[in-house]
Amino acid sequence: MLSEQDKQIIIELQNGLPLVSQPFEIMGKRLNMTEESLINRITYLKENGYIRRFGAAVRHRDLGFTANAMVVWDVPDNKTDEVGRIMASFKEVSHCYQRPRHQGWPYNLFTMVHGRSREACIKTAEQISIAVDIKKFETLFSTAELKKSSMRYFK
Amino acid sequence: MKTDQIDRKILNLIQAGFPISPEPYREIGENLGISEENVIARISNMLDSGLIRRLGAIFDSGKLGYHSTLCAMKVEESRIDAVAAVVNAYPGVTHNYLRDHELNMWFTATAQSKEDLEQMLNQVKRDTGIKEILSLPAEKIFKIRVNFALD
Repeated sequence: MLSEQDKQIIIELQNGLPLVSQPFEIMGKRLNMTEESLINRITYLKENGYIRRFGAAVRHRDLGFTANAMVVWDVPDNKTDEVGRIMASFKEVSHCYQRPRHQGWPYNLFTMVHGRSREACIKTAEQISIAVDIKKFETLFSTAELKKSSMRYFK
Repeated sequence: MKTDQIDRKILNLIQAGFPISPEPYREIGENLGISEENVIARISNMLDSGLIRRLGAIFDSGKLGYHSTLCAMKVEESRIDAVAAVVNAYPGVTHNYLRDHELNMWFTATAQSKEDLEQMLNQVKRDTGIKEILSLPAEKIFKIRVNFALD
């Protein structure tokens, strides 16, 4: 369970880490905590999975990964675990999720594929298709980024 | 912005393994053989240029008690701007992309409860006149990787 203090820590962390020699000391002062107790608590939140990752979130487009494709797959229900694990092992795949099918939407596995070109993404999708032996898939390229922000929790 | 090799080494280090310790920038500098001031100046530049979106924590929304879903809608070409304005106005919508598919608008929605999430999507339908939103919450996560290895 998260305490009130944990929620305050989470709110503070969403403002970004100060660019000073001892950032946790500064942040601790705002939270009425010592540097040591704040570091211990953030470590706890990370070790217990509340914090998935601690560090920098980068704009991957600026780093040359200009193409991204959402590749959606129609995988037999009894094979999703096996296939999902193989898909996840591709380094070009950043995200791999299972999601529900809908009427008119037969796809149940979703992979985000990143590359330096559209062709690279298409090639990766074809390699995945061969590796998992799934022929029914679609590759949806993004044509515009309309919004990209970070969620603000406990605000 | 143009990055040099030291910038890229810093990025590789701090995307996943940012030190949670009293003097993190000094530690990063020691790893790369540069000064703490240099590390801070370079990270500061990369934040200013927008290359680094944020320095801090990325949370597991489910562990924090939030509910989220991926939504897809069919939006007429001429209405994309107006519909995007409605959708993007929600703080719980963090990502919104156009994709080359009949279902052309894809966005993520996060809220404090399932009910709030449903209410948000119903409100979007009312405000845009769009009748159907495909809501595809994750049932299982095989991979979330958010760092990009740079040469």
